[in-house]
Amino acid sequence: MSWWRPSDIGFAVRRGLDDMGYAARFFWRLVRLAGPTFRRFSLLRDQVHFLGNYSLAIIAVSGLFVGFVLALQGYNILQRYGSAEAVGMMVALSLLRELGPVVTALLFAGRAGTSLTAEIGLMKAGEQFSAMEMMAVDPIQRIIAPRFWAGVIVMPLLTAVFNAVGVMGGWVVSVPMIGVDPGAFWSQMQGGVDVFDDLGNGVVKSVVFGFTVTFVALLQGYVAKPTAEGVARATTRTVVMASLMVLGLDFLLTALMFS
Amino acid sequence: MGRSKNDIWVGLFVLIGLAALMFLALQSANLLSLNFQRGYRITANFDNIGGLKPKAAVRSAGVVVGRVARIGFDDERFQARIELDMDPRFHFPKDSSLKILTSGLLGDQYIGIEPGADDKNLAPGDNVSATQSAVVLENLISQFLYNSAAGNASSGAGGKSSGGGAK
Repeated sequence: MSWWRPSDIGFAVRRGLDDMGYAARFFWRLVRLAGPTFRRFSLLRDQVHFLGNYSLAIIAVSGLFVGFVLALQGYNILQRYGSAEAVGMMVALSLLRELGPVVTALLFAGRAGTSLTAEIGLMKAGEQFSAMEMMAVDPIQRIIAPRFWAGVIVMPLLTAVFNAVGVMGGWVVSVPMIGVDPGAFWSQMQGGVDVFDDLGNGVVKSVVFGFTVTFVALLQGYVAKPTAEGVARATTRTVVMASLMVLGLDFLLTALMFS
Repeated sequence: MGRSKNDIWVGLFVLIGLAALMFLALQSANLLSLNFQRGYRITANFDNIGGLKPKAAVRSAGVVVGRVARIGFDDERFQARIELDMDPRFHFPKDSSLKILTSGLLGDQYIGIEPGADDKNLAPGDNVSATQSAVVLENLISQFLYNSAAGNASSGAGGKSSGGGAK
């Protein structure tokens, strides 16, 4: 066991703490840069375009199929209890409370988070950040902060699209295909879904996930080793860490909101 | 600030997102029926509220006319003390009575309000005393057992009819 000494534990703990402190400092820096970022609106707008518009297709298609599947499964279970009309409520509640924010965040991590990490990592590998600093341009303010805030803005909107398309998908399967009564479908949904408790909490979740995923992606890109392998590893870490953090945070938020 | 060809697409994206939010709020969460104006609050004491929960409906003739605001316990009278937020559009006589009902066999419990005949209407802070408790299945069964046992004792002193309803 010569390759594992007690001092290695101390080294690992110290490195972990060091990384955490750096991440916290980085996060605080980005939060404080909100004002300057929103004043330079053109940078922010281009990033919203890059992160939002290009993610819209995958989010909408996924939402549609998630809605389809929820309605099919929900109908099969609910009709055993003779309450097939409640399928609308079930689809809407599961989408608004859980699946919408979480699946959107996971897809966003895969679709947009990876490209953010790779972009930042390659800029760093090409020493573009050093070049900017030489020109007295702050790379965090010019490059990172607009991407960060664009991600935070885009996430709730994408989640809303996912939920809305999912509800419509649930309607398509339930009403025209299975033959659930449309009036009961919508009235059950409207009776069971609360604007603040369900929709509002889902939006809060999606904002939190927007912060999480975008921040993880940008941090991983910024601290990546400036080599081809380093960028590849950072991209992988982005997906793994962002997904795990989203799922863990989702549990925490659900316990806080819906208990 | 220069114009860019991205402007229109970003605008479209934001518009789609907001439209989706509006759709969810209006179509699935029923924002329009939300009542932002505060109603008048009345209280009522019940011997037993069964499984009544906060936010349960108060219905008259099947129409929702209020919501249960708070459920508490009155430890002087050992009764449940319920506060109801009534819709300000509807007024009920002072001697109206409340009872706890169940929608369907397995549905949620709600409060039914039966209008009385008094000239004066319920005002904020009034207490409704004429209440009828929720039906508790155990009480119902024990009452039934007691009745059938009493019936057997009186009718067949020397008879053999011991089975029947007593099971």
